[in-house]
Amino acid sequence: MSGRIITSEEVRRLAWLSKIKISKNEERRYLEEMGEILEYFKMLDEVNTEGVEPTYHVIELVNVTREDVAQQTSSNSLLEIVPVMKGRYVKAPRII
Amino acid sequence: MPGILELPASEIVRRVKLQEISVEEYIGECFERIRTVDPKIHAFLTLTEDDAMVRAREIDIRTRRGEKVGSLAGVAVAVKDNICTMGVRTTCASKMLERFVPTYDATVIERLKAQDAVIVGKTNMDEFAMGSSTEQSAFGPTLNPYDLERVPGGSSGGSAASVASFEATVSLGSDTGGSARCPASFCGVVGLKPTYGLVSRYGLIAFANSLEQISPIGRRVADVATVMDCISGHDSRDSTSVKTGPTSLRSHLIEDVSGIRVGVPKELFGEGTDEVVSKSVWDALKRLEGLGATCEEVSLKSLKYALASYYIISMSEASSNLARYDGLRYGFRLEDEDWDWSEAFSRNRREGFGPEVKRRIMLGTYALSAGYYNQYYLKAQKVRTLIRQELSRVFKVFNILASPTMPILPFKLGEKLRDPLEMYMCDFDTVTANLAGIPAISIPCSTYRGLPIGIQFMAPPFREDLLIRVSYTLEKSLRLDLRPAV
Repeated sequence: MSGRIITSEEVRRLAWLSKIKISKNEERRYLEEMGEILEYFKMLDEVNTEGVEPTYHVIELVNVTREDVAQQTSSNSLLEIVPVMKGRYVKAPRII
Repeated sequence: MPGILELPASEIVRRVKLQEISVEEYIGECFERIRTVDPKIHAFLTLTEDDAMVRAREIDIRTRRGEKVGSLAGVAVAVKDNICTMGVRTTCASKMLERFVPTYDATVIERLKAQDAVIVGKTNMDEFAMGSSTEQSAFGPTLNPYDLERVPGGSSGGSAASVASFEATVSLGSDTGGSARCPASFCGVVGLKPTYGLVSRYGLIAFANSLEQISPIGRRVADVATVMDCISGHDSRDSTSVKTGPTSLRSHLIEDVSGIRVGVPKELFGEGTDEVVSKSVWDALKRLEGLGATCEEVSLKSLKYALASYYIISMSEASSNLARYDGLRYGFRLEDEDWDWSEAFSRNRREGFGPEVKRRIMLGTYALSAGYYNQYYLKAQKVRTLIRQELSRVFKVFNILASPTMPILPFKLGEKLRDPLEMYMCDFDTVTANLAGIPAISIPCSTYRGLPIGIQFMAPPFREDLLIRVSYTLEKSLRLDLRPAV
């Protein structure tokens, strides 16, 4: 593989992993754009990061816990934003 | 232009309390102004006029009765449409959330309401805050009030444009890699990105959770300080909220920079920087020197890698955060066909998301996927550590750092839309503050052919007071008379 950072096959696989359907045209466009962007990202290769710890978060994260007490919410307003219902249930697509 | 709309927030509050102005009248004038100006600039996606007028009358009644009113009594606030507002649709400028109506208020909204601020509407943005021009909105772009052929910057373009054109007195944006400072710079207003953890993110629809902060925007430094003092401080509903009380930045509106040491990283004046911008920023720095500060060039080698590191991390976080949008419980859903879940979700997401959001989700997925994780994601997080270390060293020598906010002047609509990488490059000077979690502010420092230019200051964590003091002093000294074209 000469020069190319990313292939059409990889773009298709990424779309599948990301759960985004893309057309042939989009695939060509993303291939070109993503190739250019990833090429830019490669500049990080020149930085020596041996022995450097990653910074996932800039502050110390501590779990926040509370008593599990039921609270009143308006289930009606929550259900109003569900796009497709069947009776009182959220209708999901089939699993298999 | 009616004078009342030009008043600073604190002056509105003062006159409301003394019953010199009626909130109903002032908020009414805001909506008059919106009706005149917004058809030209499209800063708003949703207006909340009925609710705002009710609240305005309530505040008037309370002041007439001599009851106590809050620290933002009556002040008109515009809110970016990625901050949840109970009962008011919150779209993230995406088709995916076009009909999403939150059942709760973000903490910042609760705090604004508790201090009697009046929310006038929800503002336009790049879809899910991904962009630097507000052209990526699914509902059409916002235009720059100083030149309608140019972009207002992004992603909080609507929040900055609404304040610049006197539709609202102050606004809330959000800043993940410059999204409040960039439009503040392009629209000639002030935008402050707080220290990470200082403002609650509860109710902010996540894009890149380790980087973003809700950020106040105003026409003056004092207005931004006033809003910060209301919205900042610990919130137990946000696990990334730092255990500290609200700021008291208004007490740092001090005209004095004597003895302040300003570091000027030359990496932030790189080859992509417009000479006009460089010169304006240096002129402002010389002015600060005249007022008693010292300014000295410094080299921060790691900043060269900030943009790549930022984009890898933010895209990775985005790919994870946006996985929740499948169109099932809320959001965009296509007519039911006999698709299995994978096909159904993939089609909902294809239709619901715009091109930039899809590009970033896919690139983030790439950076997190097996085989590339170490090379991209982990590497970027290590580079982030190096950037933080270099900054903490330089802050031992300098009190604050200064640079252009944007390397270029506001550009024309469509100019950078075809080349995503060119658009990303606009964020070169702003992303460092988000990677390091430090506060940064953009204030207007000059104009060129009628277009505003912004200067950026960065400070160590929780030193917003320094940013406010230096910005306030510069603002008072410059006395820029900024007038939008609308």
